[in-house]
Formats: sequence, C-alpha cells, structure tokens
Amino acid sequence: MKHVTRKATRQVNQNEGLIFEKSSPGKAAWKLPPLDVPEVDTAALLGSSERKDLGNMPEVSEIEIIRHFTRLSTWNYAIDLGMYPLGSCTMKYNPRVNEVVSRLDGLANGHPYQPEKVSQGALRILQTLSECLIEITGMDAITLQPAAGAHGELTGLLMVRAYHESKGAPRKKILIPDSAHGTNPATAAMVGYAVENLKSSARGMVDVAALASQMNEEVAALMLTNPNTLGVFEQEIHKIADIMHAKGGLLYMDGANMNALVGKVRPGDFGVDLMHLNLHKTFSTPHGGGGPGSGPVAIKKILEPFLPTPVVIAKPDDTLGFEYNRPRSVGRVRAFYGNFGMFVRALAYTLANGPDGLRQTTEDAVLNANYIRKGLEGVYDLPYSTPTMHEVVFSDKVQAKKGVKTMDIAKRLIDYGFHPYTTAFPLIVPGALMIEPTESEPKEELDLFIEAMKSIAEEVEEDPQMVLAAPHTTRVSRLDETAAARKPVLRWKPAS
Amino acid sequence: MRYLPKSPADREAMLKAIGARSIDDLFAPIPAEYRLNRDLKVPRQMAESEIVDWFRERSRENGEAYATFLGAGAYAHYRPVIIDSLISRGEFLTAYTPYQPEISQGTLQSIFEFQTMICELTGMEVANASMYDGSTAAAEAAMMACRVTGRNAVAIARSVHLECREVLATYAHHQGMPLATVPFTDNGRVNLNELEKAITPDTACVLIQSPNFFGTIEDVAAIADIAHKHGAMLVVSIAEAVSLGIVGPPRQADIIAMEAQSFGVPLGFGGPYCGVIATREQYVRQMPGRLVGQTTDRNGKRGFVLTLATREQHIRREKATSNICTNQALIALMANIFMTIYGKVGLRELAKHNLAKATYTAQQFGKHAKVLFSGAPRFNEFVVQTSEDPYAINGRILEHKIVGGLPLKKFYPELGNAALWCCTEMTTRTTIDAVVGLVAESGRSKSPKEEVDIQEVVR
Repeated sequence: MKHVTRKATRQVNQNEGLIFEKSSPGKAAWKLPPLDVPEVDTAALLGSSERKDLGNMPEVSEIEIIRHFTRLSTWNYAIDLGMYPLGSCTMKYNPRVNEVVSRLDGLANGHPYQPEKVSQGALRILQTLSECLIEITGMDAITLQPAAGAHGELTGLLMVRAYHESKGAPRKKILIPDSAHGTNPATAAMVGYAVENLKSSARGMVDVAALASQMNEEVAALMLTNPNTLGVFEQEIHKIADIMHAKGGLLYMDGANMNALVGKVRPGDFGVDLMHLNLHKTFSTPHGGGGPGSGPVAIKKILEPFLPTPVVIAKPDDTLGFEYNRPRSVGRVRAFYGNFGMFVRALAYTLANGPDGLRQTTEDAVLNANYIRKGLEGVYDLPYSTPTMHEVVFSDKVQAKKGVKTMDIAKRLIDYGFHPYTTAFPLIVPGALMIEPTESEPKEELDLFIEAMKSIAEEVEEDPQMVLAAPHTTRVSRLDETAAARKPVLRWKPAS
Repeated sequence: MRYLPKSPADREAMLKAIGARSIDDLFAPIPAEYRLNRDLKVPRQMAESEIVDWFRERSRENGEAYATFLGAGAYAHYRPVIIDSLISRGEFLTAYTPYQPEISQGTLQSIFEFQTMICELTGMEVANASMYDGSTAAAEAAMMACRVTGRNAVAIARSVHLECREVLATYAHHQGMPLATVPFTDNGRVNLNELEKAITPDTACVLIQSPNFFGTIEDVAAIADIAHKHGAMLVVSIAEAVSLGIVGPPRQADIIAMEAQSFGVPLGFGGPYCGVIATREQYVRQMPGRLVGQTTDRNGKRGFVLTLATREQHIRREKATSNICTNQALIALMANIFMTIYGKVGLRELAKHNLAKATYTAQQFGKHAKVLFSGAPRFNEFVVQTSEDPYAINGRILEHKIVGGLPLKKFYPELGNAALWCCTEMTTRTTIDAVVGLVAESGRSKSPKEEVDIQEVVR
C-alpha cells in the first residue's frame, strides 16, 4: 500500500462464532429468587397450550455473553471512534448525560398507564420538549407520537388528508422532488396518494416554473426537504409556499436536514404548514445501529384538530394530563405516547445547548461541510456549484473514467479509518458522494478526511485495481450480496 | 458549548480557508427576511449537573419506587444488568444502520442471532430485524396479508389490545381496508361462531392476540382452521413475549406480529419498544422491514449483510412493501441479550414464575371479588370485577406506593367495574397480600354468586 493513513493502525481483533455455537446444556447466565408463592402445575393450568421445549435457544454463561457481544462490538465502526460522514444521516455526538438521565428510576421504569397523578414528571418532559420544538420550528403545535422519521411522514400525510377531506375531498396527488428520500414516495403510497415527480432545476433546487405548472387542485401537498439532499437551501422557498397555498395545497417539510437550520431560520416562518423532525439526527439521540428513532410532527394551527390522540393538556388544577376525546383526530399511530426515552434524550440535549449552543451547533455544522467542500473541490467533481449548507454532494465522474465508482472510493475510505459517506444518493447525481460531517468534528479530523480523500483520488490514477479491491484492512472483505439475496439464509440452523 | 470541538481560532482558520469573511456568508442562501435575528426562546444553556438535577426532579414526580400491577402491553420484568453494560458500548450505541457490512459485522451478526432466536421462540421460519413496536407491527402484518392474498379486509378480535386496534384503524382508513370486529365469549376467548360470520371472501386475514388483552390464551388452532378454510391468513399478535417460555407458540399462524418489550426493555413510559414480524419463508418477499442474511466474502469467509432490500423504500420508493427505514435496532439488541441470558432453560423458569405469581394472586382475589374468564388458560394477567369502582380502589392502593390494576372502563365499558391485573416475577407475595387486603377493604365487593352472567354483560 503506497499511501499510509495517519488516522488508523491495524490491530488484532478477536474471532467469535455465533452464540449458538457456544451453547451447551447446563450452562446458565440467570438466577431467579426463590418462589415466594406456591409452585403451580403447569400442565394442569395450561393443558395443551403448554410449551415443553424451547428448541435451539442457547445455554451460555455470563462471561461468555459479555465476551460475545464485546467482541462483536469491536467489529463495528461508530461515531465514538471517528467521523461518520453519512450524508442526510446527521451522525453527531451522542452525549452521555442523555443516557444517564433516561435511566433514572422514575423515567426508565414508569408504566405508560400509571395514574396521571404519578406521571407528572413524564408529562412535564413531554410538554417542555414540545414547547422547545415548537419554538425551534416556528410552528404552532406538535405530536411526539411517531416512532421515526418515516412514521412522522405517515402521520403528517394522514393529517394532510384529513385536512383536505374537511374541505370536501382528500385530493389525489403528492408532489415529490426527484432528489427526495425514498421514504417520501413510499409514505405517500401508504396514505393512498399518487406520487408525481418534480424535476430539479439546473441549480439543484425546485424548478419553480415547473412547480407552478404541475400544481393544481388535485395536489394535496408538496413534500420538500429543505435544505434538500444536495445540501442546498431552497432560495425561492417563499414562491414555492405561495404556489402551493394559492391552489389550496399544503407545504410539508421533511426535516431530515434540520441540523442546518436550528437557531438560524424557522420553517414556520417561511411558509411550511407541517414538518417532521428526526430526534435521532438533529437532537442527538443515538442511532443504535438502526434505531430507535423518533419523528415528531410539528404543524400550523389549521392542522391542529387532526393531531393523533392523545395530546398533552394542562388541566384546570394546573396538573398535566392526556386528552383522548378529539373527534377530528387522524387516530392513533402507535401504542402509548411515542418513543419517550428519546424525548428525554432530545430534551437533555436542548438544555445542554440553550439558544446560543443550538445556534453555534448549526453554524459549526455548516462551517464543517463547507470546509470539506473547499478542500475537495477540484479533486472530485462537484455537479452543482450552488452554495451548500450542512452537507455537500460530489460525483465520481473523474474517477469513473478509471472504472472506479463511488462505492469503491467509499470502501477504500474504510482503510483510512473513516466510515464512508452516503453513496449513490441523491438519485439526481449519478455516482454521488454525499458528505455530512456534522458539527461534532474537530478541524484535525476534517483535515485527515480531506487528506484521505485526496490520497484515494491519487490512488485511483496510479493503481485503480487496488481501490477496486478495497477494503484491505477489515475482518471481512467485500461480501457477496447477490448470493445473499438469491438464496437467503436468514437464520442459523443446527448442523444436521 | 461543551459538545463542540472547535476553538475560535479553528473557526477563524476554517473561514479563511473557505474564503468567507464571516459565518454569515455561509448562511447567505437563506433569504434575509426569514433569518432569525434573535435567540430561540428555549431554556438557557445548563451545566451537566443542572441537567441531572432537573431530570431527577421529574423522575421523583413520576412514580419512582412504586410497585405496579399494570401490564396491558407493557410489562415490568427484571432487566439483567449486563444488558445496559453491553448496549452502552459506543460501537453499538453510536453506529448507524449497517449499510457498510465490512465495518458493521457486530451489528449484523447480532441481528442474525436475534432473527434466529425469534424464529425459535415463535415457531416461524423467518423474522425481521425489528419494527417500531407491537402495534405498528400488527398493522403492517395486516397490510402484508393483503399483499399476499390480494384481498383487502381484516377481521380483528375485540380481545386484541384497544390501542393496537386503533393503530390498525388509522393505517387501514386510507388503504380501503374494511375492518370487522369479532366479539369474545364468556371465557374471554374469540367467539368462533362470530368469527365464522365475520369472514368474507374479501378477508385477507384474521388478527388475534394470544395471550390476549385479558391474559387469556386463545385457541389458536381452532381460529387458524376457520381462517384458512376461508382462504384468509392468520396474524397473531404477541404482546407479552415472556409467555413464549411456557405457552406453545402460535405455530398455525401465517404471520406473527410481536412486541419484544418484555425481553429486557425498560417500561420507559411506553417506549422505545421493539416490534418484530415473523412469518413463513414463502412470504418473505412481502415482508416489511430490514432483514440480515448470511453470505461469504471474497475469501469464502462467513459474514452478514442487509438483504432483500428490493422490498424497501430506498430502492422501490412508492412501490415498497412499507415506508419503514429507521427501526429499533438497539432495542432489538437489548431483547437479543435478554434472550441469550435466559436461554433455553431460563426463559421457561422465568415464565413459570410469572404463571405462579398470577395464579396465586388470582386465587387470592377470588376470595373477595370475581375473577372473570376463568374458563380458559391464562398467562400472567387476569380481569377482576369488583362492586367498587376500580379507580377508587386504586386511589387507596396508591397511598401505599402501589399502582393497582388497569381499570377497563375506557377499554371495555361493558365489563363494568373491572380491572386488568398483571403479575410478573417482580411481584412479591407481600405486595400481593397487601393489595388483596386493600381491595377487600371496601367490604362491598360482591361474592362470585351474586355476579351477573358475564355473557349478558358482554352482549
């Protein structure tokens, strides 16, 4: 290997089989206290419903479990190890105080149906977070119930539909830019809307003239990500909102990229009627290898009657409670009240920042992305020269001439000690490299990243085969995904 | 701000490198009239110690150190300490969805093990990586049944958790998915005659819960026979996962929509929890959610990847099986570790303790009040009917720092003064005896003989 990375060094890591391969009868990691009530005759109580055997469930000791999962953990890359520049995923630092407060006894062990009298702490958290998020977004009301961003989209479009139905008819279509996340069209379909594609302009923004011609009384809403997935702020946002509103449509904002806006500008002030937030992006709750997320939906007053049930209200005696009797509500989108543990974390993050910290966070996120853009401009093709905010999208156009694609560059980046950027998205950029550093990266880490990307670009010129075969330093090399899909092996089975 | 790793000099140097005069230059694309030229009205920046204090206060206001007899879809089981030790490792906690398998094998292998254990416990052939929770898993399972059968209606048992039925109604509303509700009999089980009547040629699936909302174990085989006879699928929702240690899994089901909260997930005032969908291999391509599969690398070494992604929204967009993207990976890891700890023998013993506690408690209650639905086997929940309003009883119990059973007025008004009580391995005999005494205290509790036939009440 010609170019040696300064960020990472190879180190031995432990092999580990599947837990089932360590199991043997008689080992145990559990111990129950003595039973203080009479033993029961399970056969007599359950009859034919009784289960006698738990098949191939493992039998292992506690130290084996600790080693098993600790070894597995060392095979993962994580924010805690270094920069994780996945575009639109906002992989920022997950503060540890969030984890501590979410585990406090009354919060971690509170039952969702315990009387309101002994739930005032949780209700106060719901209310305080709601107030903060309403202020941050510039909206009028909010539901915290949706479990993730896509679930928030679903909830939002249900409200859009209910709103239009209240005006006479649900309308037929949702307009979605070609740069949008896949969840947008998938959600529209789940709510019974047809999806109409909206082409981006040459500057990577909504083509306002095209929007004006496509907007009519059949369109229920436009789902707009702002800044969009190129990291570009929709500069003609006021015209977009006016076009939608003039024909009775609504403007839905996908808040996936809210990390570029907090404390600097509020969607409620630029014409957005409803939007979801991803607490696991902007508000620092951990991604946990793919969830839990949380997708609150903030709305303007016109949509308030349609909020999912229940909503938190202040009662005449000044205590807080849940209100269930909301006849125009779209209904319930999840059992109980949402991913409460994520609300605790998001609120702890907001309190740790305050107004000045939230603004500085946004400024640093945008500063970091522009620093990378400047550092790599000319090395990688920049398909849109429009100014960008919290993320930047390059293409593999230069490297593709040597047969090296965005995924190959991404895999090579692993050898340099970084998690790859988002590959091949947004779809409007062929061979996209979508980079979002977030505010959590120090200048040193950004410099190492820029150096690594430049070094890979040189490698592509000098030895493309080496890049095509990357990664070279991981415990497994590139995996055969085609075989995995053709003949799926989705569970372990004992050797017969 | 202590989370931000830059000095003022760093910021200056970076702005200079970019060629910007000030940070405002970078925000120039935002039209000036919309820029916020004031502080957000959120609480001021707080020190870590202040944050901890603020949440401690909230914790104290939230039933800290209360014992509970509540279940109804959220169960107070003991959580072995190594669950939090392990999930707190930054490599699990702060990783993203494992799209880059070469540096995500830890997450991928653990999900593969999770899928395997869910299959073992449910008797199904494939399980996904997780759904948001049990209620949305059930709604997505019903939609999946519609895709598989090409039909559009659902028959749902009234003994399914109310909130689960409400979520299904929300999802179904705009899908043109008619819902029929099937009543229960005096033993708390699905009324099979009514079920037969509720199924039409359009019925894609019958959706039941077992153990059901009352804690009663349904006759899954009989229900499956009826559903299958009419070409409908059977979807079984499992809310209390610990039951799988001692209750036979609903093997006759076509899809299982499960809530795994009982497996080591904190009650957490209702979330985050962990839904799962499990089914038969033949339906895997109609399944929602992420799936991890085994494969090999270029050197023939075993490894794991996300697979069958062509079902998913990022590939198929509006034609995807679901819009789900982020799921509940870290919570699935909690459940995974819990299942590994208890394993083949411990899960059965744990379930037995739950059964014994609930059986004892129901017997004790039976001396002073009526325990409903005694004609069918139960797991760890049961319904008690009293002459006194259960809210009044609970008010009395609450003074002893104990939360009583869930009053059912909101859920099943026809059951009158009824409450759903739950016992787990955490419920001590001392608490049980104290509570039974407090319920008896009213002195106005009816003896079982005076009770009207529940069949009438249900009607």
